[in-house]
Amino acid sequence: MVQDLLKPDAGGLYCAAGDFWIDPLQPVPRAVITHAHADHARSGSGAYHVARAGLPVFRQRIGKENDLESYDYGENFELGNTRVTLFPAGHILGSATVRVESDLGTWGVSGDFKRDADPTCDGFQAYDCDVWLTECTFGLPVYRWPATGEVIAQIQQWWQECAADSRPAVLFCYALGKAQRVLCELGRDELPGRIWLHGAMQPLTRCYRDQGIPLPDTRAVSEADKGEKYAGDLILAPPSAAGSPWMKRFGRHSSGFVSGWMRIRGNRRRRGYDRGFVLSDHADWPGLVETAADMRARRVITIHGDGSALAGFLREHGLAAESWNLRETLKPA
Amino acid sequence: MERFARLYDRLDGTTSTNARVAAMVAYFRDVPAADGAWAVWCLTGRRLKRLVPSRSLRQWGAEAAGLPDWLLETSYQHVGDLAETLNLLAPGPEQAAPAPPLHRLIEERIRPLARLDERDKRREVLTAWRELAGTERFLYNKLLTGALRVGVSRRLVTRALAELAGIDSGLMAHRLMGDWQPTPEFFAQLLADEADADLDISRPYPFFLASPLESEPAELGPAGQWRAEWKWDGIRAQLIRRGGETFLWSRGEERLDGRFPEFEAAAEALPDGTVLDGEIMAWRDGPLPFAVLQRRIGRKKPGPKTLQSAPTAFLAYDLLECGGRDLREAPLDERSGRLEGLLEELAAERLFRPEPVDFADWDDLPALRATSRERGVEGLMLKATESPYRVGRKRGDWWKWKVEPYTFDGVLLYAQPGHGRRSGLFTDYTFAVHHDGGLVPVAKAYSGLTQKEIEELDRWIRSHTTDRFGPVRAVEPVQVFELAFEGLTRSARHKSGIAMRFPRIHRWRRDLSVADADTLAQLERLLPAEAGPA
Repeated sequence: MVQDLLKPDAGGLYCAAGDFWIDPLQPVPRAVITHAHADHARSGSGAYHVARAGLPVFRQRIGKENDLESYDYGENFELGNTRVTLFPAGHILGSATVRVESDLGTWGVSGDFKRDADPTCDGFQAYDCDVWLTECTFGLPVYRWPATGEVIAQIQQWWQECAADSRPAVLFCYALGKAQRVLCELGRDELPGRIWLHGAMQPLTRCYRDQGIPLPDTRAVSEADKGEKYAGDLILAPPSAAGSPWMKRFGRHSSGFVSGWMRIRGNRRRRGYDRGFVLSDHADWPGLVETAADMRARRVITIHGDGSALAGFLREHGLAAESWNLRETLKPA
Repeated sequence: MERFARLYDRLDGTTSTNARVAAMVAYFRDVPAADGAWAVWCLTGRRLKRLVPSRSLRQWGAEAAGLPDWLLETSYQHVGDLAETLNLLAPGPEQAAPAPPLHRLIEERIRPLARLDERDKRREVLTAWRELAGTERFLYNKLLTGALRVGVSRRLVTRALAELAGIDSGLMAHRLMGDWQPTPEFFAQLLADEADADLDISRPYPFFLASPLESEPAELGPAGQWRAEWKWDGIRAQLIRRGGETFLWSRGEERLDGRFPEFEAAAEALPDGTVLDGEIMAWRDGPLPFAVLQRRIGRKKPGPKTLQSAPTAFLAYDLLECGGRDLREAPLDERSGRLEGLLEELAAERLFRPEPVDFADWDDLPALRATSRERGVEGLMLKATESPYRVGRKRGDWWKWKVEPYTFDGVLLYAQPGHGRRSGLFTDYTFAVHHDGGLVPVAKAYSGLTQKEIEELDRWIRSHTTDRFGPVRAVEPVQVFELAFEGLTRSARHKSGIAMRFPRIHRWRRDLSVADADTLAQLERLLPAEAGPA
């Protein structure tokens, strides 16, 4: 049996031929990082290799003092006995998939990716590989995204209804990526009111602006006047702020959550949001299946998320498919 | 049905009660009566029965989506709602025809399904999936699979309709009781602003429900203003005698006429225009366990053997209508006095008024309540002697003061995903106790944990699964929970040999290890001495 080029290790993947890790969750000597979300990028490793477009966000998240190498998309670099190339993943600004070429074949590794267009980052780029390691966050066919324009129109309409009622509209979304994508999409049209940001979103949004991504004007909630009513305004906040004392300042408001999870009604009702907007930075089921085909890999391995259904489905369609659990390789601290 | 679908979107798109009522008022104000009637019917939780087997829907759903059956099942387990799963999986509509009005969709497309053979059902359902989109398709599926629960309670629908009609919500609740057909005429009568003249004679009154007593009874005021009754463990029901006919309604508004000949025969001697509120009990010289009554519930025509082994009685504790006059505004003492006279005259063995509990002082009650289990009752009811018969669960006049439940410590053995709000989370648990050196399941429980605990346990279950049987996960027997329950009966159907009444989780006992869990022998001691006919 041919040896695998990559194997699960340290919560990520280890490449012995190149002596490096991809997205390790524990400190390692040399790491290739697909993107700056905390479940992929952690501080404490020796050297980091990232996509150039992701550098500012990465620095913001991990710190400036690290040993950081950055590369253009499509630019090759050698690590040990392998040749590594980063390609745009379409997930968030600076996100990448990793192609590793070696004597053991060519492997493609997704961090997270999506196939829908996103004005805040380069679109996903497919390439041929022997083995495709795919994320599988939304690995069931019920996860099928509506057109982005439709969802943005729903958000606008909801905001307008709130504005007509002089109520604040509080929209929960992830602070890195989703918030900026929503801002950018909303900014293409006339806005019914002002937009405020939770503190956790301020520096990240600044990173996006600094890289020339057009975003509408925003204000910081932390700098609001005492007694500000936020009537008819939109407030973006991370999901962790929901139900916290921080929310008290908005009084009678309507709440919404932008996430692929909102595709399922029970997910929204359980969390108690008024509205759920189905917009994700991950591939939906058709996206996962199509990408597996587009990469022309004969073998597909799911990582991140419950991949048993996707792997089973791909096997029925003649591919060698299996699921790897990267978390199991975390060593007790 | 577009209008109804938009109402659904508005109800579903807010967590505010007032906004939901306002949405319903706005909808019912403008809706054509034919649609309005069906909307009331759907929103109050009524359902069309036996249209299409769920198994067929799943099969066609997989077919329409071009997916293997197993993937549809996995998706359904994940979503926790079949109607929603089918909607999410069906491909986008091919010809986006405008959906027909709600009443036409139901009367012409959905109800006739019951009469079609499998092949025609399939063709009809697949056509509907192709034509309908989004919320419309979801609601269509909901109507096929059961009741349309949309986050509005019946009480809320009643409130909206009462507000629109400009009448009291108790009167609206009454109009919504019993058998009615969702016709335009019904809808018009529902919203009429005058009093009811020609209500159907079978119609029951809305039940008045007691609230759990959370403080000491002494805080209710002078004991002399209160009456105590035993809390019977049977089926709450209204027995109606009108127009020479007898009607029996459960609290769930199910017609039970004909199932209980032993006291229905006696009811024929009641004067016309009589409505009794009371409890159907399994009874032989005293109360029998609820499990005995359960053997009667499903029996439409009980045979002599069943009548012999599971005899019943109607224990009347309130009189709502007498001589055709609505007595609900009269004080309890007056209603009760009249009831006593009425039933003394009737002198029926299986239709009688149970004696109230005699007590002079609040201090007498705890000792009496402590005898509940040996008497086969659930505890005490406390009712204000001056109280009218109200509508629904209004706090203040009627309290239920149940005995403390039994408890035991059980080990979590299996978990299964829940439905609706709990879809995608493992919330349905099976618990076991020690027996013969192993663990034997004794209870399934779904409630009692906080949302935070549920989520934590869900994560634990996912990472400690030892085996899978379809949607069910076997987990490492590690977690111990304290469970409460109301009683035990012997059961040949359960591996443990016992059936537990109303088990629910009391506490997550992180302080206990598996060795600390109870044994089957300890539970068996709680079995009633005379082990009711099994």
